[in-house]
Amino acid sequence: MQFESMYQEIILDHYRHPHNRGLREPYDAEVHHVNPLCGDEVTVRVSLKDVGGEPTVADVSYDALGCSISQASVSVMTDLTIGKSIDDAMTVCDEFLGLMRSKGAGEPDEDLLEDAVAFSGVSKYPARIKCALLGWMAWKDATARALEEAS
Amino acid sequence: MTFDVARVRKDFPILERTIRGGQPLIYLDSANTSQKPRQVLDTLAEFYERHNANIHRASHQLGEEATEAYEGARIKAAEFIGAASEAEVVFTKNISEAINLVAYSMGNASAAAVGRVSGKASAAVGRVSGKASAAVGRVSGKASTGRFSLGPGDEVVITEMEHHSNIVPWQLLCQRTGATLRWFGVTPDGRLDTSNIGDLITERTKVVALVHQSNVLGTINPVRLIADAAHAAGALVLVDAAQSVPHMPVDVAELGADFLGFTGHKMCGPTGIGVLWGRAELLEEMPPFLGGGEMIETVAMERSTYAPPPHKFEAGTMPIAQAVGLGAAIDYLSEVGPDAIRAHELILLEHALAALGSIEGVRILGPTLPDSRGSAISFTVDGVHPHDVSQVLDDVGIEVRAGHHCAAPLHRAFGVQSSTRASFYLYNAREEADALAEGIRRAQRFFADA
Repeated sequence: MQFESMYQEIILDHYRHPHNRGLREPYDAEVHHVNPLCGDEVTVRVSLKDVGGEPTVADVSYDALGCSISQASVSVMTDLTIGKSIDDAMTVCDEFLGLMRSKGAGEPDEDLLEDAVAFSGVSKYPARIKCALLGWMAWKDATARALEEAS
Repeated sequence: MTFDVARVRKDFPILERTIRGGQPLIYLDSANTSQKPRQVLDTLAEFYERHNANIHRASHQLGEEATEAYEGARIKAAEFIGAASEAEVVFTKNISEAINLVAYSMGNASAAAVGRVSGKASAAVGRVSGKASAAVGRVSGKASTGRFSLGPGDEVVITEMEHHSNIVPWQLLCQRTGATLRWFGVTPDGRLDTSNIGDLITERTKVVALVHQSNVLGTINPVRLIADAAHAAGALVLVDAAQSVPHMPVDVAELGADFLGFTGHKMCGPTGIGVLWGRAELLEEMPPFLGGGEMIETVAMERSTYAPPPHKFEAGTMPIAQAVGLGAAIDYLSEVGPDAIRAHELILLEHALAALGSIEGVRILGPTLPDSRGSAISFTVDGVHPHDVSQVLDDVGIEVRAGHHCAAPLHRAFGVQSSTRASFYLYNAREEADALAEGIRRAQRFFADA
């Protein structure tokens, strides 16, 4: 069985017991993204706060319909962004993007990506990369909009 | 000749390969695209190796041979669907282009009608609005393009069961002309809801476009019933036969169609070649879609006149080898026999429906009995997303499709976001349906335990 490299235990855990699921108030921006290939969809809310002059992710919540990979990925994304400065969260996001584009050859930074390293196997399956990126792209978009609102 | 699936399978070289680490390939995605027999592959190679030249332009020997091969494919396509003449067969890139061809030609006719009567530039009138073109459209009803021109007050009728390629071109046409889009709904058991046919198809209806066999549900629609109602109301009927022509005998006259489209790659032919069949008098009348070489009669700087159909609709160098390859595919399917293919698929269908129906948590979208349905079976598995189902199946060598299958509105009507689809063809065996059922159980176990 090869596909177990994709369906890591961590991924299945997040799929079964998602973190931060359910839309929450307050929020500064909300976006709705879909994967046109399969119809998977996610709504992400982002709330920002100022911590010592540095814009920081105060909260991320979401509602999503989709496969195990997209569900687990959005759950991991919330864990990795909430409480981080936007700069740090964007760094994690970029690292995750790089991992997804690595075609299985990536050597992810475990300290940076934590649970998200489990998605390394997904990058070997081109058709599923979009599933893993759906929540992250929505977060990035929502954060950019929240920053725009603030400025 | 008796149907022997083992012998048929030998014609398809790809079925010999293994995938995902040595597993035999079980290809259940033919509604997406079919595999190609050796006979088609050989024909493509032979065309390029021996006869390659442009068609209808070169007076040399290769040009003659290429033209004969291309036009020969047209004759085969015409005979395959019971067309009155090969002049009724227009080659296109695929069925999407075939449907767009009709929709855009109707848009051109609508613009021309406005231009003619108002004496103004048709583009200007079109921009100003709808009201002008409605009034004009009615006035010009007797004009040669009358039955092709639409405006506000006119209606286009489709169904909720359509592939996006038979929805979006009509939405665009309605946006361009101000006409209104209406549609038949779908019953919970996956049949077309024709109960309101009298309300839907009226004297306002200009065109009815519907699918012969659903690419998701497998449902075979009562095209004749709807075509008769449409014709009684003076409307044109376009049939999307992409999923029926490859799998069963189809006769355009029996269906009562005015236009019918299908695509080569779903019927053992190459990609890049499709067919629009249209009744001769309609193709005569209908204005062209794409302009360019080959579709003309005379060209002056001010205006041009057009070649007679089908060439009027074939601008530029066509996919010549692909058309010849489609001809070989039609020869192949004819030799096996559309009736024999349908009979074989009914056996597979009955077996697969029973095998899937016996799995707890599996819901089949559409008719659960083989009568008046084709061999594409879409289903959901409780608690396992279609992407995950297809990934587990792929891991054991079973190739299916997961998603909305380019029919998002239909999935919405069934209250699901997406589904997994297994689709069978002449080269599939009963054991492959059993493997599918076992694969689904494996997916259930994996996502239940893990």
